[in-house]
Amino acid sequence: MELLAFGKTGWGDELFYATLMTIAVSVTAMLVGFVFALIFTPLKLSKYKLLNLIGNFYTTVIRGVPELLVIYLFFFGGSGAIMYVASIFGYYEYIEINAFITGSLAIGIISGAYSTEVFRGAIQSIDKGQFEAAKVLGVSKFAQFYKIILPQMLRLAIPNLSNVWQITLKDTSLISVTGLVEIMRQSYIAAGSTRDPLFFYSFAAVLYLLLTYLSMKLINRLEVKYSRGY
Amino acid sequence: MDFDLMITSFPKLLSATVITLKLLSVSLIIGMFFGLFFAILRMNKNIFINKFAYGYSYVFRGTPLLVQIFIIYFGLGQIEYLRSTFLWVILKEPYWCAIIAFTLNTGAYTSEILRSAFQTIKPGIIEAGKSLGISNKIVFYKIQIPIAIRQSLPAYGNEIILMMKGTSLASTVTLMDLTGVAKYIISTTFKPIEVFIVAGGIYLFMTFLIHNLIKYLEKKYSFQ
Repeated sequence: MELLAFGKTGWGDELFYATLMTIAVSVTAMLVGFVFALIFTPLKLSKYKLLNLIGNFYTTVIRGVPELLVIYLFFFGGSGAIMYVASIFGYYEYIEINAFITGSLAIGIISGAYSTEVFRGAIQSIDKGQFEAAKVLGVSKFAQFYKIILPQMLRLAIPNLSNVWQITLKDTSLISVTGLVEIMRQSYIAAGSTRDPLFFYSFAAVLYLLLTYLSMKLINRLEVKYSRGY
Repeated sequence: MDFDLMITSFPKLLSATVITLKLLSVSLIIGMFFGLFFAILRMNKNIFINKFAYGYSYVFRGTPLLVQIFIIYFGLGQIEYLRSTFLWVILKEPYWCAIIAFTLNTGAYTSEILRSAFQTIKPGIIEAGKSLGISNKIVFYKIQIPIAIRQSLPAYGNEIILMMKGTSLASTVTLMDLTGVAKYIISTTFKPIEVFIVAGGIYLFMTFLIHNLIKYLEKKYSFQ
């Protein structure tokens, strides 16, 4: 237990901050994923073949390629791409992107592909009559989406989004390869300097279990909230 | 775009794919037995056996695969006692450590898939078997298991694809699988996009094959 002490003698505070970092990356990635889902869901549902193709390309490629490979692409390619763009504007210095930004962007794009599929499924399972009724009543497109479609969609999407959240949370462990100090990286450092990998990796597993358990509890509450009236 | 690099790295990546496929097939086959075993334990009326099987699947589904690999590869080697037993022959090899981790992981997911498949079997089918005087054992092996396997095909197809992507983590314990070699080429040439296109293309092709194989099996074994 001394190993987990807070302060200079143990790894307690380091692991605590690492856990916060994991939560921060997961939440950011999930939000980035929502932005991507917001862009690509309409593309997948569009009437136009070309837009469909773009939407399908995104979800198929991201869901068919290992997460680690995507992270390597961002880790090695990220600063190169930024520097290329900067060189167009006449800036030739070396630019290094923050590991947090690279990580949450990479995981966010992955999480976005799963969210897109969830939203698409949820919208498609809303009764056609709902759209028609809104139209007949003269509800504006904007109000139709925010007041009629979105609330119904969320109820259907929440159970699946909770799966996406679990996947995203676990995927953040992969960012440790880029050097961002989250649970996995901190355990790696601690295991290296104390030569006690069994303890620290098991403790990391417990932290992840705790996070998944607590988020499940929280999501269940949301589910109850959005299922009012059913 | 460096097309020469793409062409020269293709054979290297393709030969690394063999390791990826080996890891995948070995862990899927052993994992299938684990999954079936734990799914049967989950249906046991004894609360301890039941909870044990639930705990197994909960822990392995609730933690990242990377943690599981690291515990087995870096963690287990720390136990002095293990080093003196014959198990050490297996546990010192990253290849077998990765396979153990993948097997336990896919076993946990497979047990969940099979359990829900067993639950969807209509009781009428089992009752029909019993009323025809077929013994419980034969009802289970000849009726329940085949139906459950058919029911779980779509979900299991997803699991195969997830596991195929999971094998990329073997590269973190020094194995040169498809992702491992891709990372090596990227870090020596600093051309991530070209390598990503080739390696990602190989992964996508495998996803495509698995997807179609499962679709074919679903059609072949459909009830209609």
